[in-house]
Amino acid sequence: MTAGRFPTPTLGRSVGVALLVLMTLLGLAAPALAQEGEAVTTTLTYRDPETNDRVPVSNVTISVSTEDGEVLGEGVTDEDGSILVPVEGAGRYVLTLDPDTLPEGVSLTDPDRTTATVEAEVGQTVRAIFGLTFGEGGPAREGITLRQVLQLTVEGLKLGLFLGMAAIGLSLIFGTTGLVNFAHGEMVTWGMLTAYFFNFFGLAGAFGFLAGLPPPLGGGVNLIIAALFAVVIGAGTGWLVDAWIFAPLRRRGTSLISQLVITIGLSILLRYIFLYIFGGNNRFFRDYTAQTAMKIGLVEITPKDLITAIISILVLVAVGVLLQGTKLGKAMRAVADNRDLAESSGIDVQRVIRLVWTFGGALAGLGGVFIGLSEQVSWLIGFRILLLIFAGVVLGGLGTAYGALVGSLLVGIGIQVSTLFIPIELKNVGALAVLALVLVIRPQGILGRAERVG
Amino acid sequence: MPVIAAIDWGLVLDQTIQAGLGVDAVVFALAAIGLNVHFGYSGLLNFGQVGFMAMGAYGVGLGITLWNLNPYLSLLVGVGFAIVLALLLGVPTLRLRADYLAIVTIAAAEIIRIIARSTAMRPITRGAEGLNEFAGDFYALNPFNPSISYGIGPLQYRGNFFFIILVGWIITLLTVLFVWQLMRSPWGRVVKAIREDEDAARALGKNAYWYKMQALIIGGVIGGVAGMVQVIAKATVQPDTFVPPITFFIWTVLILGGVGKTFSPVVGSIIFWGLLAFTENMIRQLVFEGFIPSTIMDANQVGQVRFMLVGIGLAMLMIFRPQGIFGSREEMALDDR
Repeated sequence: MTAGRFPTPTLGRSVGVALLVLMTLLGLAAPALAQEGEAVTTTLTYRDPETNDRVPVSNVTISVSTEDGEVLGEGVTDEDGSILVPVEGAGRYVLTLDPDTLPEGVSLTDPDRTTATVEAEVGQTVRAIFGLTFGEGGPAREGITLRQVLQLTVEGLKLGLFLGMAAIGLSLIFGTTGLVNFAHGEMVTWGMLTAYFFNFFGLAGAFGFLAGLPPPLGGGVNLIIAALFAVVIGAGTGWLVDAWIFAPLRRRGTSLISQLVITIGLSILLRYIFLYIFGGNNRFFRDYTAQTAMKIGLVEITPKDLITAIISILVLVAVGVLLQGTKLGKAMRAVADNRDLAESSGIDVQRVIRLVWTFGGALAGLGGVFIGLSEQVSWLIGFRILLLIFAGVVLGGLGTAYGALVGSLLVGIGIQVSTLFIPIELKNVGALAVLALVLVIRPQGILGRAERVG
Repeated sequence: MPVIAAIDWGLVLDQTIQAGLGVDAVVFALAAIGLNVHFGYSGLLNFGQVGFMAMGAYGVGLGITLWNLNPYLSLLVGVGFAIVLALLLGVPTLRLRADYLAIVTIAAAEIIRIIARSTAMRPITRGAEGLNEFAGDFYALNPFNPSISYGIGPLQYRGNFFFIILVGWIITLLTVLFVWQLMRSPWGRVVKAIREDEDAARALGKNAYWYKMQALIIGGVIGGVAGMVQVIAKATVQPDTFVPPITFFIWTVLILGGVGKTFSPVVGSIIFWGLLAFTENMIRQLVFEGFIPSTIMDANQVGQVRFMLVGIGLAMLMIFRPQGIFGSREEMALDDR
């Protein structure tokens, strides 16, 4: 990989241009409209929560007045969601949106902000912005329906499955070594970003002169293949992190608290390396991004979400089989249960720990790909979900694999269903508050045993 | 070497010294003293020190903007807020193993930030916009002329800033004295005994839980004071200044200075901010002068390098010199309990 930023000379520029064009199309770049004299304009759109597309809102009444309240004009938005009202002279103008004319399901993000004040300069068209939200956004919410509950439960299940993939690794690493790995979130991001990289650049596309080669070497590969690469790299990273950093530290007898602080240092380092290379913008994978939801019974779900959820279930079942049925799995559980006893009965504890790290890395990587597909690819995702993973792991019982899964599912469902009662921006707070509550009532978690704590 | 010639070393040095003794250094020194009470003396793994800072900051801000108290009373509100947070955190976690406190504190700090910036709290905290009209009452106490620069040599600060920095360092030194005396007292010996062996301390009849709670409160209040100094200096309480990486900065300051030594957080903070300002200004100049091509690093990315340095610095310190500059290895010989 070159030391530069993600976009390489040719491809990177075209991505950049595409983004710019997209932004202009979305009205975010606020293009100066060719217009004689002064005018105020606004474009009403909302982001479709499923497809993430900007949808224009037409036939909404907007009135324009001076700051003193003198109404200058009124009109409705056209099919692009736009309205342009000429005004006389530079100055401050107030646009007022009539919320009653908004279509069903669309509301102002902040219901109190029905007005927007703009300052028009001589000869310029000035753009005002109204934040609109679709669905559960505003507080003007009708009663809770069965459909909503089911829909949110399914979404929560999906989130819980993705969290669970990362949580199992975190919990098993804790179980076998006693280490709380604060850098586990970055392993999730790492999987997401490597998949993004292969998805766009192929195996060797980062080296400019190789970008022209046919896939899979240059030009990007399909996301499914990219995801496989990401999982392999995630596994390799897990292996390396243990082999290079934590195994030597364990040999030196570095205390667990010191190791914990080291994972925090690593997580900051990695997070900002990701930001440095990938940039701060959220992006999408190249494949399977825009999909329309299918209706299954009362619930709507996009094919990609359905398939990733099914794959997650299969993977998690496979992990269960591995832990329960194979010799290696038994060794892992034995080490997690009682390290000294496992060691004295002939299990190579260091090898088991190495493999736990490897599996943990692979699962976290896959979880990252799925989260990136379901939401967006971002450098910060690891930290955003780390606390949720912790909540799931603690809820289920720190150190147990199945507990981590159960806890994650409960956290996922809890977060989504709680949006029926609390504002969306506070939904993660609920999960974290539950985390604290669990520690008061049942610190060993749902599936943990009491003697683990204390 | 043309590179050396092109860098304005004088400017870099000025910036380094100013940062090393500036507001950030005061704030992080105070916060690290609080963390030292937690981690260094009592063995409490607090990864939410920024939460205590936020509580102190919002306490003083709300005291003035919401309850119209006078400046001194609103400082007390900040202290009260920090105590409340310590109690809320301590009750569920102090009976458990140390890493549970780590998880809960980092979560709590995020809860505070998310709630403070939420739309639902806007009538009280002004949401993401933050509290703004409160620092005037404090600047009214400023005896220095705000339009004149005070200081010696490269250390030049405007009157208002000079006032805050001066008061900040005085508070810091008083706090250092307080912690020094505290840790020499019987109370301090009990707390250290609990850090070394909680069961042994309990066997001697000491209520380990309650002692740890007191330590959590004292360190938290010092963290709250750090938050107050910060927001008064910046004249604004912004929820998004209280993000988790701040806590990790504080940890780096503490470990750099040396865990469990009274004066080390202060030295750690001065060195930490000096080093950060030095590298950042040097890299910025290298980028600006074109010695680092913009394809490798642009102006935005210079700021990100700071976080990478902190991250790798924290990990490397912990691996190669966990006792920091002044600490002793025995004080760091902590294991989880």
